Amino acid sequence: MEAIQSADTAFVIISAALVLLMTPGLAIFYAGMVRSKNVLGTIIQSFILISVITIEWIYLGYTMSFGPDVHGFIGDLSWFALNGVGQGPSSVYAGTIPHMVFMIFQCMFAVITPALITGAFAERMRFGPFILFSLLWAVMVYNPVCHWVWGSGGWLARLGVLDFAGGLVVHLTCGMAALASALVIGARKGYGTDPLIPHNLPLTLMGTGLLWFGWFGFNGGSALAANGLAGSAFVATHLGGMAGLAAWVITEWLYRGKPTTLGAASGAIAGLATITPASGFVGPNAAVIIGGLGGLCCYFAVSAKAKLGYDDSLDVVGIHGVGGLIGTLCIGIFASRLVNPAGANGLLYGGPQLLLNQLIGVFSVGIYAFVVSWVLLRIIDKTLCLRVSEESENLGLDLAEHSETAYSS
Amino acid sequence: MKKIEAIIKPHKLEEVKEELNEIGVSGMTVTEVKGYGRQKGHKEIYRGAEYQVDFMPKIKIEIVLEKGQVNQAVEAIIKAARTGKIGDGKIFILPVEEVVRIRTGEQGEEAI
Repeated sequence: MEAIQSADTAFVIISAALVLLMTPGLAIFYAGMVRSKNVLGTIIQSFILISVITIEWIYLGYTMSFGPDVHGFIGDLSWFALNGVGQGPSSVYAGTIPHMVFMIFQCMFAVITPALITGAFAERMRFGPFILFSLLWAVMVYNPVCHWVWGSGGWLARLGVLDFAGGLVVHLTCGMAALASALVIGARKGYGTDPLIPHNLPLTLMGTGLLWFGWFGFNGGSALAANGLAGSAFVATHLGGMAGLAAWVITEWLYRGKPTTLGAASGAIAGLATITPASGFVGPNAAVIIGGLGGLCCYFAVSAKAKLGYDDSLDVVGIHGVGGLIGTLCIGIFASRLVNPAGANGLLYGGPQLLLNQLIGVFSVGIYAFVVSWVLLRIIDKTLCLRVSEESENLGLDLAEHSETAYSS
Repeated sequence: MKKIEAIIKPHKLEEVKEELNEIGVSGMTVTEVKGYGRQKGHKEIYRGAEYQVDFMPKIKIEIVLEKGQVNQAVEAIIKAARTGKIGDGKIFILPVEEVVRIRTGEQGEEAI
Protein backbone atom coordinates (compact mmCIF):
# COMPACT_ATOMS: atom_id res chain seq x y z
CA MET A 1 0.00 0.00 0.00
CA GLU A 2 1.27 3.44 -0.96
CA ALA A 3 1.38 6.37 1.40
CA ILE A 4 -1.11 9.19 1.29
CA GLN A 5 0.24 12.29 -0.50
CA SER A 6 -1.06 15.58 0.79
CA ALA A 7 -0.86 17.35 -2.58
CA ASP A 8 -2.86 14.60 -4.30
CA THR A 9 -5.41 14.59 -1.51
CA ALA A 10 -5.88 18.36 -1.62
CA PHE A 11 -6.19 18.32 -5.39
CA VAL A 12 -8.85 15.60 -5.50
CA ILE A 13 -10.82 17.17 -2.64
CA ILE A 14 -10.92 20.46 -4.54
CA SER A 15 -11.75 18.64 -7.77
CA ALA A 16 -14.70 16.97 -6.03
CA ALA A 17 -15.97 20.40 -5.01
CA LEU A 18 -15.58 21.62 -8.60
CA VAL A 19 -17.59 18.68 -9.91
CA LEU A 20 -20.32 19.30 -7.34
CA LEU A 21 -20.64 22.87 -8.68
CA MET A 22 -21.48 21.46 -12.09
CA THR A 23 -24.90 20.24 -10.95
CA PRO A 24 -26.31 23.65 -9.96
CA GLY A 25 -24.42 24.98 -13.01
CA LEU A 26 -26.29 22.49 -15.17
CA ALA A 27 -29.56 23.46 -13.47
CA ILE A 28 -29.26 27.08 -14.60
CA PHE A 29 -27.80 26.07 -17.98
CA TYR A 30 -31.05 24.16 -18.57
CA ALA A 31 -33.27 26.71 -16.83
CA GLY A 32 -32.34 29.45 -19.29
CA MET A 33 -33.51 27.32 -22.21
CA VAL A 34 -37.01 26.57 -20.97
CA ARG A 35 -40.02 28.89 -20.91
CA SER A 36 -40.44 31.20 -17.93
CA LYS A 37 -43.24 29.05 -16.45
CA ASN A 38 -40.95 26.01 -16.12
CA VAL A 39 -37.78 27.56 -14.67
CA LEU A 40 -38.00 26.27 -11.10
CA GLY A 41 -39.40 22.93 -12.21
CA THR A 42 -36.30 22.53 -14.36
CA ILE A 43 -33.81 23.73 -11.74
CA ILE A 44 -35.17 21.49 -9.00
CA GLN A 45 -34.89 18.38 -11.20
CA SER A 46 -31.11 18.78 -11.22
CA PHE A 47 -30.69 20.26 -7.76
CA ILE A 48 -32.72 17.65 -5.87
CA LEU A 49 -30.45 14.92 -7.22
CA ILE A 50 -27.60 16.21 -5.06
CA SER A 51 -29.65 14.82 -2.20
CA VAL A 52 -31.30 11.81 -3.84
CA ILE A 53 -28.19 10.39 -5.50
CA THR A 54 -25.79 11.17 -2.67
CA ILE A 55 -27.85 9.11 -0.25
CA GLU A 56 -28.16 6.34 -2.84
CA TRP A 57 -24.39 6.53 -3.40
CA ILE A 58 -23.24 6.12 0.19
CA TYR A 59 -25.60 3.21 0.95
CA LEU A 60 -25.64 1.41 -2.38
CA GLY A 61 -24.08 3.19 -5.33
CA TYR A 62 -20.47 3.27 -4.22
CA THR A 63 -20.28 -0.36 -3.25
CA MET A 64 -22.18 -1.47 -6.39
CA SER A 65 -19.85 0.58 -8.60
CA PHE A 66 -16.48 0.12 -6.94
CA GLY A 67 -16.92 -2.65 -4.37
CA PRO A 68 -15.26 -6.07 -4.76
CA ASP A 69 -16.09 -7.47 -8.18
CA VAL A 70 -18.77 -10.08 -8.89
CA HIS A 71 -18.20 -11.69 -12.32
CA GLY A 72 -17.12 -8.43 -13.93
CA PHE A 73 -20.67 -7.13 -13.81
CA ILE A 74 -21.20 -5.44 -10.45
CA GLY A 75 -19.55 -4.68 -7.12
CA ASP A 76 -20.74 -6.65 -4.10
CA LEU A 77 -22.28 -5.05 -1.03
CA SER A 78 -19.30 -5.31 1.32
CA TRP A 79 -18.83 -1.49 1.29
CA PHE A 80 -22.50 -0.90 2.15
CA ALA A 81 -22.90 2.37 4.06
CA LEU A 82 -19.20 3.10 3.43
CA ASN A 83 -18.17 0.19 5.58
CA GLY A 84 -14.35 0.11 5.46
CA VAL A 85 -14.15 3.28 3.35
CA GLY A 86 -12.02 5.45 5.58
CA GLN A 87 -9.14 7.86 5.84
CA GLY A 88 -6.55 5.39 4.65
CA PRO A 89 -6.07 4.72 0.94
CA SER A 90 -8.01 2.03 -0.89
CA SER A 91 -6.00 -1.04 -1.85
CA VAL A 92 -7.27 -0.87 -5.44
CA TYR A 93 -8.11 2.74 -6.34
CA ALA A 94 -6.03 5.92 -6.18
CA GLY A 95 -3.43 4.75 -3.70
CA THR A 96 -2.16 8.18 -2.65
CA ILE A 97 -5.43 9.67 -1.40
CA PRO A 98 -7.86 8.64 1.33
CA HIS A 99 -10.41 6.10 0.14
CA MET A 100 -13.13 8.41 1.40
CA VAL A 101 -11.89 11.21 -0.90
CA PHE A 102 -12.02 8.88 -3.92
CA MET A 103 -15.56 7.90 -2.89
CA ILE A 104 -16.82 11.49 -2.65
CA PHE A 105 -15.14 12.51 -5.92
CA GLN A 106 -16.97 9.65 -7.65
CA CYS A 107 -20.20 10.62 -5.86
CA MET A 108 -20.29 13.94 -7.70
CA PHE A 109 -20.17 12.10 -11.05
CA ALA A 110 -23.05 9.89 -10.00
CA VAL A 111 -25.05 13.00 -9.06
CA ILE A 112 -24.64 14.94 -12.29
CA THR A 113 -25.26 12.04 -14.68
CA PRO A 114 -29.00 11.57 -14.04
CA ALA A 115 -29.29 15.38 -13.80
CA LEU A 116 -28.09 15.57 -17.42
CA ILE A 117 -31.01 13.35 -18.52
CA THR A 118 -33.58 15.87 -17.23
CA GLY A 119 -33.00 18.07 -20.29
CA ALA A 120 -34.69 15.46 -22.48
CA PHE A 121 -38.03 15.48 -20.63
CA ALA A 122 -37.93 19.12 -19.54
CA GLU A 123 -41.21 21.03 -19.15
CA ARG A 124 -43.52 17.98 -18.86
CA MET A 125 -42.35 15.35 -16.31
CA ARG A 126 -44.11 14.82 -12.97
CA PHE A 127 -41.81 15.33 -10.01
CA GLY A 128 -42.54 12.14 -8.03
CA PRO A 129 -42.11 9.71 -10.93
CA PHE A 130 -38.99 11.67 -11.95
CA ILE A 131 -37.39 11.05 -8.53
CA LEU A 132 -38.27 7.36 -8.69
CA PHE A 133 -36.87 7.06 -12.22
CA SER A 134 -33.61 8.81 -11.29
CA LEU A 135 -33.11 6.58 -8.27
CA LEU A 136 -33.83 3.35 -10.15
CA TRP A 137 -31.73 4.55 -13.09
CA ALA A 138 -28.75 5.18 -10.81
CA VAL A 139 -29.05 1.66 -9.38
CA MET A 140 -29.78 -0.22 -12.62
CA VAL A 141 -27.80 1.77 -15.21
CA TYR A 142 -25.18 4.06 -13.68
CA ASN A 143 -23.82 1.70 -11.05
CA PRO A 144 -23.37 -1.35 -13.31
CA VAL A 145 -21.88 0.65 -16.19
CA CYS A 146 -19.59 2.50 -13.78
CA HIS A 147 -18.42 -0.88 -12.49
CA TRP A 148 -17.87 -2.32 -15.98
CA VAL A 149 -15.68 0.61 -17.01
CA TRP A 150 -14.05 1.92 -13.83
CA GLY A 151 -14.55 -0.79 -11.22
CA SER A 152 -11.66 -3.09 -10.42
CA GLY A 153 -12.49 -6.28 -12.35
CA GLY A 154 -15.20 -4.69 -14.50
CA TRP A 155 -15.54 -6.60 -17.78
CA LEU A 156 -15.01 -3.61 -20.06
CA ALA A 157 -12.01 -2.44 -18.02
CA ARG A 158 -10.48 -5.91 -18.31
CA LEU A 159 -11.12 -5.89 -22.04
CA GLY A 160 -9.05 -2.72 -22.28
CA VAL A 161 -11.82 -0.19 -22.94
CA LEU A 162 -10.62 3.30 -21.99
CA ASP A 163 -12.75 6.10 -20.56
CA PHE A 164 -10.77 8.70 -18.66
CA ALA A 165 -13.54 10.81 -17.14
CA GLY A 166 -16.89 9.53 -18.32
CA GLY A 167 -17.57 9.45 -22.07
CA LEU A 168 -19.22 6.06 -21.58
CA VAL A 169 -20.09 6.17 -17.88
CA VAL A 170 -21.55 9.68 -17.86
CA HIS A 171 -22.28 11.06 -21.32
CA LEU A 172 -23.28 8.00 -23.33
CA THR A 173 -25.45 6.58 -20.52
CA CYS A 174 -27.30 9.87 -20.01
CA GLY A 175 -27.62 10.40 -23.77
CA MET A 176 -29.20 6.98 -24.30
CA ALA A 177 -31.50 7.47 -21.30
CA ALA A 178 -32.44 10.84 -22.78
CA LEU A 179 -33.38 9.21 -26.08
CA ALA A 180 -35.52 6.64 -24.27
CA SER A 181 -37.15 9.43 -22.20
CA ALA A 182 -38.02 11.56 -25.20
CA LEU A 183 -39.56 8.54 -26.94
CA VAL A 184 -41.55 7.28 -23.95
CA ILE A 185 -42.87 10.59 -22.61
CA GLY A 186 -43.62 12.14 -26.03
CA ALA A 187 -43.25 15.66 -27.35
CA ARG A 188 -44.20 18.78 -25.45
CA LYS A 189 -47.59 20.29 -26.22
CA GLY A 190 -47.11 22.67 -29.13
CA TYR A 191 -43.85 21.08 -30.28
CA GLY A 192 -43.33 21.88 -33.95
CA THR A 193 -46.15 24.43 -34.04
CA ASP A 194 -45.63 26.93 -31.21
CA PRO A 195 -42.29 28.66 -30.69
CA LEU A 196 -40.98 26.79 -27.62
CA ILE A 197 -37.97 29.05 -27.21
CA PRO A 198 -35.49 29.89 -24.43
CA HIS A 199 -36.68 32.49 -21.94
CA ASN A 200 -33.30 33.67 -20.58
CA LEU A 201 -30.10 32.89 -22.47
CA PRO A 202 -27.83 34.90 -20.14
CA LEU A 203 -28.74 32.31 -17.47
CA THR A 204 -27.70 29.55 -19.86
CA LEU A 205 -24.38 31.29 -20.49
CA MET A 206 -23.74 31.60 -16.75
CA GLY A 207 -24.45 27.89 -16.47
CA THR A 208 -22.01 27.22 -19.29
CA GLY A 209 -19.31 29.13 -17.44
CA LEU A 210 -19.91 27.17 -14.24
CA LEU A 211 -19.92 23.87 -16.14
CA TRP A 212 -16.67 24.69 -17.95
CA PHE A 213 -15.03 25.70 -14.65
CA GLY A 214 -16.25 22.54 -12.95
CA TRP A 215 -15.13 20.42 -15.88
CA PHE A 216 -11.49 21.07 -14.95
CA GLY A 217 -12.16 19.13 -11.76
CA PHE A 218 -14.16 16.51 -13.64
CA ASN A 219 -11.38 15.71 -16.12
CA GLY A 220 -8.26 17.04 -14.39
CA GLY A 221 -9.30 15.44 -11.12
CA SER A 222 -9.79 12.10 -12.87
CA ALA A 223 -5.98 11.77 -12.85
CA LEU A 224 -6.60 11.25 -9.10
CA ALA A 225 -3.23 12.85 -8.34
CA ALA A 226 -1.69 16.31 -8.65
CA ASN A 227 0.71 15.30 -11.39
CA GLY A 228 1.66 15.82 -15.03
CA LEU A 229 -1.27 13.77 -16.27
CA ALA A 230 -3.70 16.01 -14.37
CA GLY A 231 -2.10 19.02 -16.06
CA SER A 232 -2.32 17.34 -19.44
CA ALA A 233 -6.00 16.48 -18.91
CA PHE A 234 -6.67 20.05 -17.75
CA VAL A 235 -5.14 21.44 -20.94
CA ALA A 236 -6.94 18.92 -23.17
CA THR A 237 -10.23 19.86 -21.47
CA HIS A 238 -9.80 23.54 -22.13
CA LEU A 239 -8.76 22.95 -25.72
CA GLY A 240 -11.71 20.62 -26.28
CA GLY A 241 -14.18 23.24 -25.04
CA MET A 242 -12.47 25.96 -27.05
CA ALA A 243 -12.53 23.95 -30.28
CA GLY A 244 -16.14 22.82 -29.80
CA LEU A 245 -17.26 26.41 -29.25
CA ALA A 246 -15.44 27.61 -32.38
CA ALA A 247 -16.60 24.71 -34.56
CA TRP A 248 -20.29 25.11 -33.64
CA VAL A 249 -20.31 28.89 -34.14
CA ILE A 250 -18.49 28.70 -37.49
CA THR A 251 -20.80 25.92 -38.70
CA GLU A 252 -24.00 27.78 -37.84
CA TRP A 253 -22.61 31.00 -39.24
CA LEU A 254 -22.04 29.23 -42.57
CA TYR A 255 -25.35 27.32 -42.56
CA ARG A 256 -27.73 29.80 -40.93
CA GLY A 257 -26.04 33.10 -41.60
CA LYS A 258 -25.73 34.18 -37.95
CA PRO A 259 -23.40 33.26 -35.07
CA THR A 260 -25.52 32.77 -31.94
CA THR A 261 -24.89 32.93 -28.21
CA LEU A 262 -26.73 29.68 -27.58
CA GLY A 263 -24.62 28.14 -30.32
CA ALA A 264 -21.44 29.22 -28.54
CA ALA A 265 -22.68 27.75 -25.26
CA SER A 266 -23.83 24.53 -26.92
CA GLY A 267 -20.57 24.13 -28.85
CA ALA A 268 -18.50 24.60 -25.70
CA ILE A 269 -20.50 21.93 -23.85
CA ALA A 270 -20.33 19.61 -26.89
CA GLY A 271 -16.54 20.05 -27.08
CA LEU A 272 -16.14 19.49 -23.33
CA ALA A 273 -18.33 16.37 -23.38
CA THR A 274 -16.47 14.97 -26.37
CA ILE A 275 -12.99 15.48 -24.92
CA THR A 276 -14.01 14.02 -21.53
CA PRO A 277 -13.24 10.32 -22.18
CA ALA A 278 -10.07 11.18 -24.11
CA SER A 279 -8.74 14.00 -21.92
CA GLY A 280 -6.22 11.80 -20.08
CA PHE A 281 -5.06 9.80 -23.10
CA VAL A 282 -4.42 12.35 -25.86
CA GLY A 283 -2.10 15.30 -26.41
CA PRO A 284 -3.10 18.91 -27.04
CA ASN A 285 -3.25 18.74 -30.84
CA ALA A 286 -5.54 15.71 -30.74
CA ALA A 287 -7.66 17.53 -28.13
CA VAL A 288 -8.24 20.41 -30.54
CA ILE A 289 -9.33 17.97 -33.28
CA ILE A 290 -11.57 15.96 -30.93
CA GLY A 291 -13.24 19.06 -29.47
CA GLY A 292 -13.76 20.50 -32.94
CA LEU A 293 -15.27 17.24 -34.18
CA GLY A 294 -17.55 17.33 -31.14
CA GLY A 295 -18.81 20.83 -31.95
CA LEU A 296 -19.33 19.98 -35.61
CA CYS A 297 -21.00 16.59 -35.20
CA CYS A 298 -23.20 17.72 -32.30
CA TYR A 299 -24.43 20.69 -34.35
CA PHE A 300 -25.63 18.34 -37.09
CA ALA A 301 -26.96 15.80 -34.58
CA VAL A 302 -29.06 18.52 -32.92
CA SER A 303 -30.26 19.76 -36.31
CA ALA A 304 -31.31 16.22 -37.25
CA LYS A 305 -33.67 16.03 -34.26
CA ALA A 306 -36.43 18.01 -35.99
CA LYS A 307 -36.34 15.61 -38.95
CA LEU A 308 -36.41 12.54 -36.71
CA GLY A 309 -39.45 13.93 -34.91
CA TYR A 310 -38.68 13.27 -31.23
CA ASP A 311 -38.67 16.08 -28.69
CA ASP A 312 -35.40 15.82 -26.75
CA SER A 313 -36.17 19.27 -25.40
CA LEU A 314 -32.69 20.50 -24.46
CA ASP A 315 -30.67 18.23 -26.77
CA VAL A 316 -29.17 15.75 -24.34
CA VAL A 317 -28.96 13.10 -27.07
CA GLY A 318 -27.44 15.39 -29.68
CA ILE A 319 -24.85 16.89 -27.34
CA HIS A 320 -24.03 14.42 -24.56
CA GLY A 321 -24.94 11.17 -26.31
CA VAL A 322 -23.22 12.01 -29.57
CA GLY A 323 -20.32 13.80 -27.83
CA GLY A 324 -19.67 10.85 -25.50
CA LEU A 325 -19.83 8.43 -28.41
CA ILE A 326 -17.44 10.38 -30.64
CA GLY A 327 -14.99 11.08 -27.83
CA THR A 328 -14.91 7.43 -26.81
CA LEU A 329 -14.21 6.32 -30.38
CA CYS A 330 -11.59 9.06 -30.85
CA ILE A 331 -9.55 7.48 -28.06
CA GLY A 332 -9.17 4.49 -30.38
CA ILE A 333 -7.60 6.79 -32.95
CA PHE A 334 -5.65 9.42 -31.03
CA ALA A 335 -4.61 7.82 -27.72
CA SER A 336 -0.89 7.66 -27.05
CA ARG A 337 1.07 5.94 -24.30
CA LEU A 338 3.45 8.86 -24.40
CA VAL A 339 0.66 10.93 -22.81
CA ASN A 340 -0.49 8.26 -20.41
CA PRO A 341 1.60 5.09 -19.98
CA ALA A 342 -1.37 3.44 -18.22
CA GLY A 343 -3.44 3.93 -21.40
CA ALA A 344 -2.86 2.37 -24.80
CA ASN A 345 -1.92 3.40 -28.32
CA GLY A 346 -4.66 4.26 -30.81
CA LEU A 347 -4.76 3.75 -34.56
CA LEU A 348 -2.39 6.65 -35.29
CA TYR A 349 0.20 5.16 -32.95
CA GLY A 350 0.02 1.65 -34.33
CA GLY A 351 -2.63 0.14 -32.04
CA PRO A 352 -5.69 -1.03 -34.05
CA GLN A 353 -7.05 -3.19 -31.22
CA LEU A 354 -7.95 -0.15 -29.08
CA LEU A 355 -10.48 1.18 -31.59
CA LEU A 356 -12.18 -2.21 -31.62
CA ASN A 357 -12.29 -2.19 -27.82
CA GLN A 358 -13.81 1.28 -27.85
CA LEU A 359 -16.46 0.15 -30.34
CA ILE A 360 -17.37 -2.75 -28.05
CA GLY A 361 -17.60 -0.27 -25.18
CA VAL A 362 -19.89 2.09 -27.11
CA PHE A 363 -22.21 -0.67 -28.31
CA SER A 364 -22.51 -2.53 -25.04
CA VAL A 365 -22.97 0.57 -22.88
CA GLY A 366 -25.21 2.31 -25.43
CA ILE A 367 -27.56 -0.61 -25.92
CA TYR A 368 -27.66 -1.53 -22.23
CA ALA A 369 -28.36 2.06 -21.14
CA PHE A 370 -31.07 2.54 -23.76
CA VAL A 371 -32.89 -0.73 -23.11
CA VAL A 372 -32.87 -0.54 -19.31
CA SER A 373 -33.87 3.15 -19.33
CA TRP A 374 -36.71 2.44 -21.74
CA VAL A 375 -38.04 -0.46 -19.67
CA LEU A 376 -37.83 1.57 -16.43
CA LEU A 377 -39.65 4.50 -18.00
CA ARG A 378 -42.38 2.30 -19.45
CA ILE A 379 -42.99 0.59 -16.12
CA ILE A 380 -43.15 3.88 -14.22
CA ASP A 381 -45.35 5.39 -16.92
CA LYS A 382 -47.83 2.48 -16.74
CA THR A 383 -48.00 2.50 -12.95
CA LEU A 384 -47.59 6.15 -11.92
CA CYS A 385 -47.78 8.15 -15.19
CA LEU A 386 -44.67 10.13 -16.09
CA ARG A 387 -46.35 13.09 -17.63
CA VAL A 388 -48.16 16.02 -16.05
CA SER A 389 -51.77 16.66 -17.06
CA GLU A 390 -52.46 18.88 -20.06
CA GLU A 391 -53.75 21.53 -17.68
CA SER A 392 -50.53 21.44 -15.64
CA GLU A 393 -48.42 21.58 -18.77
CA ASN A 394 -50.29 24.70 -19.87
CA LEU A 395 -49.90 26.25 -16.45
CA GLY A 396 -46.22 25.34 -16.24
CA LEU A 397 -44.32 23.10 -13.84
CA ASP A 398 -43.43 25.93 -11.46
CA LEU A 399 -47.02 26.50 -10.36
CA ALA A 400 -48.51 23.10 -11.14
CA GLU A 401 -45.84 20.94 -9.48
CA HIS A 402 -44.26 23.29 -6.94
CA SER A 403 -46.74 26.13 -6.21
CA GLU A 404 -44.16 28.88 -6.78
CA THR A 405 -43.01 31.10 -9.61
CA ALA A 406 -39.52 32.16 -10.66
CA TYR A 407 -40.40 35.73 -11.56
CA SER A 408 -43.00 37.89 -9.89
CA SER A 409 -44.93 40.09 -12.26
CA MET B 1 -62.20 64.81 -22.79
CA LYS B 2 -60.43 62.26 -24.94
CA LYS B 3 -58.06 59.43 -24.37
CA ILE B 4 -55.23 58.72 -26.78
CA GLU B 5 -53.86 55.22 -26.94
CA ALA B 6 -50.78 55.07 -29.11
CA ILE B 7 -48.87 51.90 -29.99
CA ILE B 8 -45.30 52.81 -30.94
CA LYS B 9 -41.89 51.26 -31.48
CA PRO B 10 -40.13 50.83 -28.13
CA HIS B 11 -37.08 52.91 -29.05
CA LYS B 12 -39.31 55.89 -29.95
CA LEU B 13 -40.69 56.34 -26.43
CA GLU B 14 -38.23 59.02 -25.31
CA GLU B 15 -38.76 61.13 -28.44
CA VAL B 16 -42.54 60.87 -28.17
CA LYS B 17 -42.39 61.88 -24.50
CA GLU B 18 -40.25 64.92 -25.34
CA GLU B 19 -42.59 66.05 -28.14
CA LEU B 20 -45.65 65.67 -25.90
CA ASN B 21 -43.93 67.57 -23.10
CA GLU B 22 -43.27 70.43 -25.51
CA ILE B 23 -46.98 70.88 -26.25
CA GLY B 24 -47.80 70.75 -22.55
CA VAL B 25 -48.86 67.16 -22.02
CA SER B 26 -47.46 66.57 -18.57
CA GLY B 27 -48.32 62.98 -17.78
CA MET B 28 -48.75 59.62 -19.38
CA THR B 29 -49.02 55.92 -18.63
CA VAL B 30 -46.77 53.54 -20.50
CA THR B 31 -47.05 49.77 -20.84
CA GLU B 32 -44.77 47.25 -22.54
CA VAL B 33 -47.00 45.26 -24.87
CA LYS B 34 -46.69 42.74 -27.69
CA GLY B 35 -48.66 42.57 -30.88
CA TYR B 36 -48.67 42.48 -34.62
CA GLY B 37 -50.42 44.14 -37.53
CA ARG B 38 -49.05 44.50 -41.02
CA GLN B 39 -45.59 44.08 -39.61
CA LYS B 40 -45.44 40.32 -39.21
CA GLY B 41 -43.04 39.03 -36.57
CA HIS B 42 -39.49 37.98 -37.00
CA LYS B 43 -37.38 34.84 -37.27
CA GLU B 44 -35.34 33.57 -34.34
CA ILE B 45 -32.74 30.78 -34.50
CA TYR B 46 -31.99 28.44 -31.59
CA ARG B 47 -29.53 25.59 -32.08
CA GLY B 48 -29.97 25.68 -35.84
CA ALA B 49 -33.78 25.57 -35.77
CA GLU B 50 -35.79 28.55 -37.01
CA TYR B 51 -38.79 29.82 -35.09
CA GLN B 52 -41.31 32.38 -36.32
CA VAL B 53 -42.10 34.84 -33.52
CA ASP B 54 -45.26 36.74 -34.49
CA PHE B 55 -45.66 39.08 -31.56
CA MET B 56 -43.39 42.11 -31.72
CA PRO B 57 -42.53 44.09 -28.60
CA LYS B 58 -44.23 47.52 -28.63
CA ILE B 59 -44.95 50.33 -26.22
CA LYS B 60 -48.50 51.47 -25.48
CA ILE B 61 -48.86 55.09 -24.34
CA GLU B 62 -52.09 56.24 -22.72
CA ILE B 63 -52.86 59.92 -22.19
CA VAL B 64 -56.06 61.77 -21.37
CA LEU B 65 -56.52 65.30 -22.77
CA GLU B 66 -58.94 68.14 -23.20
CA LYS B 67 -60.69 67.81 -26.53
CA GLY B 68 -58.91 70.85 -27.98
CA GLN B 69 -55.46 69.40 -27.41
CA VAL B 70 -56.04 66.16 -29.27
CA ASN B 71 -55.00 67.17 -32.80
CA GLN B 72 -51.83 68.77 -31.57
CA ALA B 73 -50.95 65.69 -29.51
CA VAL B 74 -51.60 63.34 -32.42
CA GLU B 75 -49.32 65.45 -34.60
CA ALA B 76 -46.61 65.40 -31.93
CA ILE B 77 -46.78 61.60 -31.62
CA ILE B 78 -46.64 61.15 -35.39
CA LYS B 79 -43.71 63.55 -35.67
CA ALA B 80 -41.70 61.67 -33.07
CA ALA B 81 -42.70 58.07 -33.75
CA ARG B 82 -42.69 57.92 -37.54
CA THR B 83 -39.82 56.15 -39.27
CA GLY B 84 -41.72 55.51 -42.51
CA LYS B 85 -41.32 51.75 -42.23
CA ILE B 86 -44.00 49.14 -41.52
CA GLY B 87 -44.44 48.72 -37.79
CA ASP B 88 -44.49 52.39 -36.73
CA GLY B 89 -47.74 51.76 -34.86
CA LYS B 90 -51.22 53.23 -34.51
CA ILE B 91 -53.04 55.95 -32.60
CA PHE B 92 -56.52 55.37 -31.18
CA ILE B 93 -58.70 58.24 -29.91
CA LEU B 94 -61.50 57.39 -27.48
CA PRO B 95 -64.08 59.46 -25.61
CA VAL B 96 -63.65 59.72 -21.83
CA GLU B 97 -66.74 60.08 -19.62
CA GLU B 98 -65.17 61.18 -16.40
CA VAL B 99 -61.82 61.68 -14.68
CA VAL B 100 -61.33 61.73 -10.90
CA ARG B 101 -58.14 62.68 -9.09
CA ILE B 102 -57.90 60.24 -6.21
CA ARG B 103 -56.02 62.56 -3.81
CA THR B 104 -58.42 65.52 -3.93
CA GLY B 105 -61.56 64.12 -5.43
CA GLU B 106 -61.47 66.77 -8.23
CA GLN B 107 -63.46 65.76 -11.28
CA GLY B 108 -63.50 66.50 -15.02
CA GLU B 109 -60.86 68.56 -16.83
CA GLU B 110 -59.53 69.87 -13.51
CA ALA B 111 -58.44 66.35 -12.69
CA ILE B 112 -56.47 65.68 -15.89
